[in-house]
Amino acid sequence: MVLLSFVFTAVLFFSLRSSGSVSATVTLFNWISIGGMNIPFAFLIDHLSLTMMLIITGVGALIHIYSIGYMHDDERVNSFFAQMNLFTFSMLLLVMGANYLVLFIGWEGVGLCSYLLIGFWFKNPAFNYAARKAFVMNRIGDLGFILGIILIFFTFKTVTFSEVFTQASTLSSGTTAITLITLFLLIGALGKSAQIPLFTWLPDAMAGPTPVSALIHAATMVTAGIYMIARSSILYNLAPITLNIIIIIGSATAIMAAITGLKQNDIKKVLAYSTVSQLGYMFIALGLGAYSTAVFHLTTHAFFKALLFLGAGSVIHAMSGEQDIRKMGGLRKKMPLTYFTFLAATLAISGIPPFSGFFSKDLILNQAFEHSILIYILALAGALLTCFYMFRLLYLVFFGDQRLDGAHPHESPGVMTIPLMILAVLSVFGGFLNIPSLFGGNSNFSTFLQTAVFSKTTEGLSMTTEIVLTLVPLSLISLVILFAYRTFVKKAVIPASDEASMSWIGKIIFNKFYFDEIYIFAFEKPFGFLSGFLFHKVENTVLDPAVDGIGKATSRLGSLIRKLQQGNMSFYLFAMVAGILLFIVFILIV
Amino acid sequence: MTFLFYMLSAIMIISALLVVFSTNPINSVIYLIICFIAMAGHYILLNAQFLAVVHIIVYTGAIMVLFLFVIMLLNLNKAIIPQKSQLTRISAVVTGGLFFLVVLAATRQTFEIHPRYPFTGDIGLVKEVGKALFHEFLLPFEMSSVLFISAMVGAVMFGKKDN
Amino acid sequence: MKEISSAIQIIPLDSYIMLSVALFSIGLMGVLFRRNIIAVLMCLELMFNSANLLLTAFSSYHSDPAGQVFVFFIMIVAAAEVAVGLSIVVMMKRNVESVDINLLNRLKW
Repeated sequence: MVLLSFVFTAVLFFSLRSSGSVSATVTLFNWISIGGMNIPFAFLIDHLSLTMMLIITGVGALIHIYSIGYMHDDERVNSFFAQMNLFTFSMLLLVMGANYLVLFIGWEGVGLCSYLLIGFWFKNPAFNYAARKAFVMNRIGDLGFILGIILIFFTFKTVTFSEVFTQASTLSSGTTAITLITLFLLIGALGKSAQIPLFTWLPDAMAGPTPVSALIHAATMVTAGIYMIARSSILYNLAPITLNIIIIIGSATAIMAAITGLKQNDIKKVLAYSTVSQLGYMFIALGLGAYSTAVFHLTTHAFFKALLFLGAGSVIHAMSGEQDIRKMGGLRKKMPLTYFTFLAATLAISGIPPFSGFFSKDLILNQAFEHSILIYILALAGALLTCFYMFRLLYLVFFGDQRLDGAHPHESPGVMTIPLMILAVLSVFGGFLNIPSLFGGNSNFSTFLQTAVFSKTTEGLSMTTEIVLTLVPLSLISLVILFAYRTFVKKAVIPASDEASMSWIGKIIFNKFYFDEIYIFAFEKPFGFLSGFLFHKVENTVLDPAVDGIGKATSRLGSLIRKLQQGNMSFYLFAMVAGILLFIVFILIV
Repeated sequence: MTFLFYMLSAIMIISALLVVFSTNPINSVIYLIICFIAMAGHYILLNAQFLAVVHIIVYTGAIMVLFLFVIMLLNLNKAIIPQKSQLTRISAVVTGGLFFLVVLAATRQTFEIHPRYPFTGDIGLVKEVGKALFHEFLLPFEMSSVLFISAMVGAVMFGKKDN
Repeated sequence: MKEISSAIQIIPLDSYIMLSVALFSIGLMGVLFRRNIIAVLMCLELMFNSANLLLTAFSSYHSDPAGQVFVFFIMIVAAAEVAVGLSIVVMMKRNVESVDINLLNRLKW
């Protein structure tokens, strides 16, 4: 099914391309029409949504095929695929909606599917907790999003993209209304795309089946926030304050998640933090006004991160469910296909040319450099850290000796490896979509998106600066890889077990900067106290007696009135005559 | 003439009170017949001879005989049913009196009546009533036969013994 | 004959109104007063007749035969009502062995 829709999307893509039109709007029916509010249920198909649709259906189809192999012996495989398909549907709705409300339906839909799929193995209470956490975190973001939509409606009297943007382009930059709208929308995007301070759900979301992590928490759903901001690029261009906030949040997230990733020992957790960090990159790009670059990084990231997750899934599958990288090792010989695809993805995410990650990351770094050196350094540090922990993962898993006794790793079946290989090809060559002019390309991808998103114009750097800017990260990355190789392959350092004592910095990093604990202290405790207070004091002493009292009063009144209704005919007659008398007297007096 | 009116009125009211206050149903029926005959006198006084005759035939001849039949068939001629309580009876009398006063007051306050047509003495004759009945009120007259049939069916239904 | 036909011109309409209101009140009082259902029915007849009398008086006063036609119809309805009412009395006597309206308290269900 998803494959079929991919084919349809591809056909649509080429037809739109050949027809040369910019966008097409399909209005299905008038959805809400109340007073001045008129919201059609319409789809908007332009270059941005087409790009997203291609990613969703393409990567989604590969992951579905992969899941056939990965989930084949699960007892609830049917509901798994049903939920995956519902997710794909919601995600398509999200990117195809022609107004904020349809987008919001898809937004909620993917949130729901994410909840369902994280808690797919619901018999484990920890997984349920993770699912709930993801849902609650998302809801915080959703609230912001709703407020943003309401504000948009109040400001522009419409929620349809084209009308909003037409009206917005007449407004001057930095208006309070626009700033507020963009801030609220940003909160939504923060929740969905797992940025500080709402990012802690994503690592926990790894409780779900690995294909779910690949599809939802790497390739598509978490990028919804990026998509939404790119879609609203006109609004964001008018709100420089919000853009600065986005940059700060993005770079902080990128650095912090990368540092945390250094110390994680669960293969999927590492990848999760890497996702958070890469999303931080995209936010940096968004904050810099380079929306098409962000979408480009989103695309390449979808390829290589889906590949990484699927590769990790393949490893976990081979290790019969073991996820601790300290217990793996030496899988290179046993699983050559997985190894090579994983290597390709690792190189891509590290930004080695000519792999796809190089082009997108390089673009972001260049734009960061243009903006300010500080952001550039932060982003570069993030990139180096990413490179380090990815190679640490790679070396620990695939090199060295096998460290788990009694395990018999084996290569995954073809139905799982073929999607891996396709994704590997995409990861390797995906970057050629957008070759910068430095390498003789013409930035096809950015040009393609030009009609849908409105990036800020940049002055462009001189040729030499660009060359230097490309070479500096490259050399540093090579050094880092070398260092990782020395540490984990030559010396064969294995990370200490959880119980071992470590320095306080290590502790902080290992415990993910104590974000969860801070949240528990700052939100859960007060709320727990508040709800306890409300239950014992307000509920038991005020509300309950009041509600009971209404019931008691009614029944007492009923028994009182019942005395009137004894069926005594002469009493009825008296009552009737009394009524008539009163009526006449009333007429006489009035 | 005026004397006749007051005479008939006195008979009517006294017999009506006796209908209410006599304990034996048979006596009630007899007093009611007297009351109705006095009312027929009133009709004649009002120059409504047709109505007077119909009244005698229908009420005194048919309805009251029906009452008597039922009372005698069911053997109700003794005052077997106890009276209502003292309080209820007093309140009934008070209510009746109140009603009388209130309605009288109402008519006194609101009515200012003048004749619509110049006086003719023969509207109550069979000829005039018949004309009105079979010209203006022909449809209701025919419909009344339907009412009678349904009443008859209902009476038979109720009176039939349950199987 | 001529003498009689002019009664309405001599006796004021108010007297007829007062008379029929009195009769009606007596009938009403009887309905409230008696427990025997047959007596209650008879009091209903009294009330019917007070209305009849007033209608006839108005009819004569206005010289309009329509009022007397209405009296005729009221008699028809009263006859039908008595037929049904008395058959109900018969049924009640047969079922509960009494004609006391206080026993008819099933209206509360």
